[in-house]
Amino acid sequence: MSVSAHPFRRYMRNHVTRTTTCPGCGNGIITQAILRAIDELGLDMDDFIFVSGIGCSAWIPSPLFAADTLHTTHGRPIAFATGIKLCLPEKNILVASGDGDLAAIGGNHLIHAARRNIDMTVVLVNNGIYGMTGGQTAPTTPRGLTTITSPHGTLEHTFDICAMVAAAGASYVTRWTTYHPRQMTRSIKKAIVKKGFALVEAISQCPVQFGRAAKLGKAVDMLKHFKENSIRIDKARNLDEEALKGKIVVGEFVDIEKAELASEWARLKQEVMEV
Amino acid sequence: MKADPKGVLTGSHFLDGDHACAEGALAAGCRFFGGYPITPSTEVAERFSQRCPLVEAIFIQMEDELGSLAAVIGAAWTGRKAMTVTSGPGFSLMMEHIGLAAMLETPLVLANVQRGGPSTGLPTLTGQADMMQARWGSHGDYEIIAVSPNSPQETFDFTIKAFNLSERYRVPVLVMLDECVGHMTEKVVIPPADEIEIEPRRYYKGPKDKYLPFKPDKDLVPPMVDAGSGTRFHVTGLTHDYRGYPVMSADCQEELVRRLVNKIRKNADHIVEYEEEQTDGADVVVISYGITSRVALRAVDLARQEGIKVGILRLIVVWPFPEKRIRELAGKVKAFVMPEINYGQMVLEVDRCACGRAEVALVPHGGGWVHDPEDILHTIRQAAKGKGVGKGVIEYPRKKRG
Ligand SMILES: Cc1ncc(C[n+]2csc(CCOP(=O)(O)OP(=O)(O)O)c2C)c(N)n1
Ligand code: SF4
Ligand SMILES: [Mg+2]
Repeated sequence: MSVSAHPFRRYMRNHVTRTTTCPGCGNGIITQAILRAIDELGLDMDDFIFVSGIGCSAWIPSPLFAADTLHTTHGRPIAFATGIKLCLPEKNILVASGDGDLAAIGGNHLIHAARRNIDMTVVLVNNGIYGMTGGQTAPTTPRGLTTITSPHGTLEHTFDICAMVAAAGASYVTRWTTYHPRQMTRSIKKAIVKKGFALVEAISQCPVQFGRAAKLGKAVDMLKHFKENSIRIDKARNLDEEALKGKIVVGEFVDIEKAELASEWARLKQEVMEV
Repeated sequence: MKADPKGVLTGSHFLDGDHACAEGALAAGCRFFGGYPITPSTEVAERFSQRCPLVEAIFIQMEDELGSLAAVIGAAWTGRKAMTVTSGPGFSLMMEHIGLAAMLETPLVLANVQRGGPSTGLPTLTGQADMMQARWGSHGDYEIIAVSPNSPQETFDFTIKAFNLSERYRVPVLVMLDECVGHMTEKVVIPPADEIEIEPRRYYKGPKDKYLPFKPDKDLVPPMVDAGSGTRFHVTGLTHDYRGYPVMSADCQEELVRRLVNKIRKNADHIVEYEEEQTDGADVVVISYGITSRVALRAVDLARQEGIKVGILRLIVVWPFPEKRIRELAGKVKAFVMPEINYGQMVLEVDRCACGRAEVALVPHGGGWVHDPEDILHTIRQAAKGKGVGKGVIEYPRKKRG
């Protein structure tokens, strides 16, 4: 029997033959979107350094991708990536991690990396829950949802991560769901090429933990939910709060050019040497 | 290997310990600094921020101490020598990443200019109460190396030593200053670059696709590569095998963590460093470190004038602790006297090694200032009688002053 390898198998480590994700998890779609973006850009895995935190989504590059992969601590991958980027400005740095990791415990690093506009791509997997630890409330959990740590429904408001990162000053901010793999791929490509801080918020399904909490059923039902409730930013702009209730606004929120930190360091070094 | 002259400010200077720390780091080849301001360590960061662009180094003020040490670990994996500096509350925030640095066997230097604690404590005043936290502060089992300078000159010298040890053993090394040493200004002589010995990084030299980041050499230390150099390595804070891949098993844990601990313990004879004076035939040996070792000298002088046979043992490397030597001395002397600016930390190690064979007397100080030599002298006098043998760590009531 002949076995044909997946076209992206060459971007994966030979010895890694399985992933840690549950069947139906959105992480598979996001993994594909990242690898397809790299493939379509014609880049080599040696052009990249991948950094992730702790959580299911942090396992996207780790140890799967045949590249330098650093699996660090919960919430801090962007801070590690900051040190790496400043020392290796010619490399593409890609951080992949979860909503809890990057927006709760690591929220401050997200804000300040966006403010510094340091050149890196952050793929933030927002599954609305703490997947790895068993389905606890995240800052991204829809208000009122019953989770393991909000048995009476969450009382807290839901985090709009893109709005926060845009306000902090990032060069590129975009949101798609796993129902939009093509758009997501296109955005990851733009994010990688963008000289500056680029956030790709990937709304994703966690059928095991979130699916159970929200009684949304299986992965397919969750994807249908994304399909039916997503609304493009250009349309959403004309709608009021009431009409946008329960909707997922997708698209590009920010796409600008501005001074980037690693390049600013290079400029400073040049200026000092000329003095 | 000799130092890169670019970072070496050869000449005689008048520097405080904090500035000397920054210069020691730059002389050692440190080319990345990430930190967050905190008294009394901030001057180290200030000097770095000024000097970094001149020596092609990077300086970044991070958003907190977790981020600072994270950025430093990231930078270290790109091949740069990297350091951070902090104090008190910031040191507490760095604990998680000290563990990660130990787990990833990342060479780096962390200077802690100790102030009085706990919590916000005495931000501008001295303390030596983070000594156990330095050794045990992060969760899990691991070993680090820590050095303790007692002057700005030593801070310069020991920061270089710290970088060299960190590269030699692929381990985070702590420079445990205290506010007094950090803020005292003295003459610091910076030698020419070709007189400064630098330990180069231990690089892997085999084929790129065969690199195993955690396969140790004979001395239990694995060679390193730089991120971005094409070896496509993986590192994780999870328990991992030679390849760096996570393995959740007791066997892998035993092999990895045992080695992390043993690479320091089995090499302790090469790492341990202390200074000894007149310990032969001494009745009392005063053990001290950092600023307290200078205060203790006065007490020892006075005691000797009274005819008491007092020796000195001054810790240079505080972790690993000079176990062997303390055990030897315990069989020969009546008592150890240990002044430290805490309520008994390193003295617990002395007591452990004394094994009930010599008296162990602590001269504590809560912090905010250094000891009055009279208090140390008073304890030396009592300890010379050696009546507290086998009683654990004892304290003599302070002498009443008129
Ligand atoms: C400092 C610290 N606190 C808590 C944890 C436990 N922990 C592991 S993963 C996780 C949540 C992960 O959630 P998220 O980032 O959303 O990732 P997901 O699993 O949903 O992809 C938590 C709380 C930890 N590893 N470290
Ligand atoms: S728990 Fe949820 S997020 Fe984690 S792998 Fe399973 S489906 Fe994916
Ligand atoms: Mg999550």
